[in-house]
Amino acid sequence: MATTALAPKLRKRLVWLAIFLASAAPALYLGWQLWLAWNFRSSDLGKDPVKGIEHATGETAIRFLALTLAVTPVRQLTGWNWLAPYRRMLGLFMFFYASAHLAVFYALDLEMNLGEVATEIVKRPYLVVGFVAWLLLVPLALTSTKGMIRRLGGKRWNRLHKATYAVAALGMLHYFWSQKKDITDPLLFSLVFVALFAWRGVRAWQRRAAAVRPLRERAA
Amino acid sequence: MLIRRPDDIPSAEITPEGVYHDRRRFLGAAGTLGLGLATGLVTPGLLSACAPGDVREANGEVERGAQPLPDDRTPYETATTYNNYYEFGTDKEDPSANAGALRTRPWSVVVEGLVKRPATYALDDLLKGLTPIERVYRMRCVEAWSMVIPWLGVPLRDVLARVEPLPSARFVEFTTLYDPKQMPGQRGGVLPWPYKEGLRLDEAQHPLTLLATGMYGKALPNQNGAPLRLVVPWKYGFKGIKAIVKIRLTDKQPRTTWNDAAANEYGFYANVNPAVDHPRWSQARERRIGEFRRRPTLPFNGYGEQVASLYSGMDLRRDF
Repeated sequence: MATTALAPKLRKRLVWLAIFLASAAPALYLGWQLWLAWNFRSSDLGKDPVKGIEHATGETAIRFLALTLAVTPVRQLTGWNWLAPYRRMLGLFMFFYASAHLAVFYALDLEMNLGEVATEIVKRPYLVVGFVAWLLLVPLALTSTKGMIRRLGGKRWNRLHKATYAVAALGMLHYFWSQKKDITDPLLFSLVFVALFAWRGVRAWQRRAAAVRPLRERAA
Repeated sequence: MLIRRPDDIPSAEITPEGVYHDRRRFLGAAGTLGLGLATGLVTPGLLSACAPGDVREANGEVERGAQPLPDDRTPYETATTYNNYYEFGTDKEDPSANAGALRTRPWSVVVEGLVKRPATYALDDLLKGLTPIERVYRMRCVEAWSMVIPWLGVPLRDVLARVEPLPSARFVEFTTLYDPKQMPGQRGGVLPWPYKEGLRLDEAQHPLTLLATGMYGKALPNQNGAPLRLVVPWKYGFKGIKAIVKIRLTDKQPRTTWNDAAANEYGFYANVNPAVDHPRWSQARERRIGEFRRRPTLPFNGYGEQVASLYSGMDLRRDF
């Protein structure tokens, strides 16, 4: 009796733990590699470890943004509605990796030189774009708690969190712009985002069509 | 064999401690160099006939300012596995992974244009009788990282003297091998192939400008531009064109690959200049590969005393 009552709860906890650990794994791995590089040991961050971790954190943020945006389409395709609560966790991990990316740029690349950060961000348009994308994430992260959702109300909260689409567009622009010449990687990622956006577009169009049809039928 | 008294040996010829401890590997490398030695192409750098004054001057020890930072040689393993050589891929690790199959023998170089002796030269003939010297140069990439590399090569001006530029010649254009079969990166359109670079004739004739055939006392690895590459230490690394198959003397400023690809980012001169930013990043400082902190970038990469006069009267912000 007790086991059947506990099992779903336990399973939920385990799934939560698994997704959390999988999401945290890149951070642990990158931290370990940075520690190796810091001690002049060879690491997966390459011969220029600062550049290596800068790129790795940025790319991981983009990956988590894609994962976050994939939750709803995957739910709709498969009916796995148990995924829904994990969208927030993935989104927060995305914010974490984007913040790590910014922190690496500030602390390791520009060596905490505040004046230089200011002039660099103002002078380089692709940095402005990236920074604005990160700024947009801040209110989203702050309003991710249950209390904030209740206070804002579901509708307003949903509208606010549509900003994620703007973050995706700005993030990809930042990614493209930062490349020296070879844009293969940002191109592949942008295909993923185009697919995720297209899915939403098609669904919205279908919903509208479905809403219009009964009216027409009534008129006929 | 020449037997010298101890006080005849210039300090540059004394084996550094690190190499002494590493002598087994050095002996192994020296063995493979036998062939190169026999053809007179490669001389082990540690025993090279380079005038020590040249090395010290070229190394910019005079220039480094009030608080000199050490210019330790970049480890060989690093300099041969972290390369920009888009003919073999755009990642830094691609060239060392993909360049192994490039055939660098036999190799010929077409010399054409405004010269008295235009011809297709076998590489050995082009360099015959010229003794390779060792030069330890800083290498500053336009991406704001740098290395210190001991090159083996001959001054480009000695090679130019051999083919005798006409009085009307004002520029030198270089071209890299175009062979998508051997250079997988050329199968894509990342850059307009073949890679081309150019120098003003006086830059090409400057004593610091080298045609390199080796580094670290060994023959040049493929990923570093074998069998023949340009080294211009006061310019950004992309001027150092690799796997050269053509040298053309002209009276017009040649077009260069990176300038064609993004003229606002990469100029013809490409002199290392901390005061002129790349549009997307500052050039004021650089990261020496292997270090975490950035260090200040020096005008002309620290070789200003030797080369600044080449540009007197020029606006280096416009002609970047």
